[in-house]
Amino acid sequence: MTLTLASLDITANYYLVLAALLFTIGAVGLLTRRNVLVMFMCVELMLNAVNLTFVSFANELNDIRGQVIVLFVLSVAAAEVAVGLGIIVAIFRRRRGATADDLDLLRDPAQ
Amino acid sequence: MEAFIFFVFGALVLAGAFGVVLARNPVHCALSLVVTLVSVAVLFLQQDAHLVAAVQVVVYAGAIVVLFLFVIMLLGVDQADTLRDPLKAQRAAAVVLGLVLLAEVLFLTGHHWATGAKASASDSIRGGPPGLGNNVERVARSLFTDFLWPFEITAALLVLAVIGAVVLARRSRSVDDVVAEDAR
Repeated sequence: MTLTLASLDITANYYLVLAALLFTIGAVGLLTRRNVLVMFMCVELMLNAVNLTFVSFANELNDIRGQVIVLFVLSVAAAEVAVGLGIIVAIFRRRRGATADDLDLLRDPAQ
Repeated sequence: MEAFIFFVFGALVLAGAFGVVLARNPVHCALSLVVTLVSVAVLFLQQDAHLVAAVQVVVYAGAIVVLFLFVIMLLGVDQADTLRDPLKAQRAAAVVLGLVLLAEVLFLTGHHWATGAKASASDSIRGGPPGLGNNVERVARSLFTDFLWPFEITAALLVLAVIGAVVLARRSRSVDDVVAEDAR
């Protein structure tokens, strides 16, 4: 059986699997990275995976509303980045360093 | 042709995502993010989402990543400690949990989806009654009729976000200064 690239039919499942991979990479990055800025970028990766899923289902079901939801997700992401980066700048003013491990103000000092 | 575009840009999406997670320098992370975002925009185009693809490039690559780069440049890059991890088991646990998450999502992907009511013909992406126009007109019709109230709430959200960002980033007087002034 020869499966040539041109004859391959790209269904919605291909896009869904790609979105799942993208979401997983973003989630693992969010858990492993220590730089707050990079953690934010990983959140953007996860949002993009969700957007890709929305557009894939919109295309599959022939429903324009899936694309409208993506516009809302985009605006929420923009608002989130504006506020989040403001918080990061405020943290930087107070203490040097943007790693998540520096933010241990609530930690029990005995440990 | 569709398969070719999907695999090329799907590979670019994953390569950019790995770049974001693995690059030591935050600037390289931001540039990898641009690769991912633009490739996702191409995949949007491939699925008849023309307006969303354009907005993706303009808002994400044009605004959000530039904002990231501004903050990176503003704060200065310290790349020495980015991959050091004080909690040894955390990274392995994160990878294991990520694989579990991937297995779950792929399990869901392979199933039949209950999609509820079918969209009305006026909400279709392709075809439908004549006079629906191109993709931008269809999105606009849905956005400004069915989704008008969420759209207005989005406007309020963006205004609040701008005010919040300005308040947070403003250089405020420290508490000690205020106490000293009150004592005077």
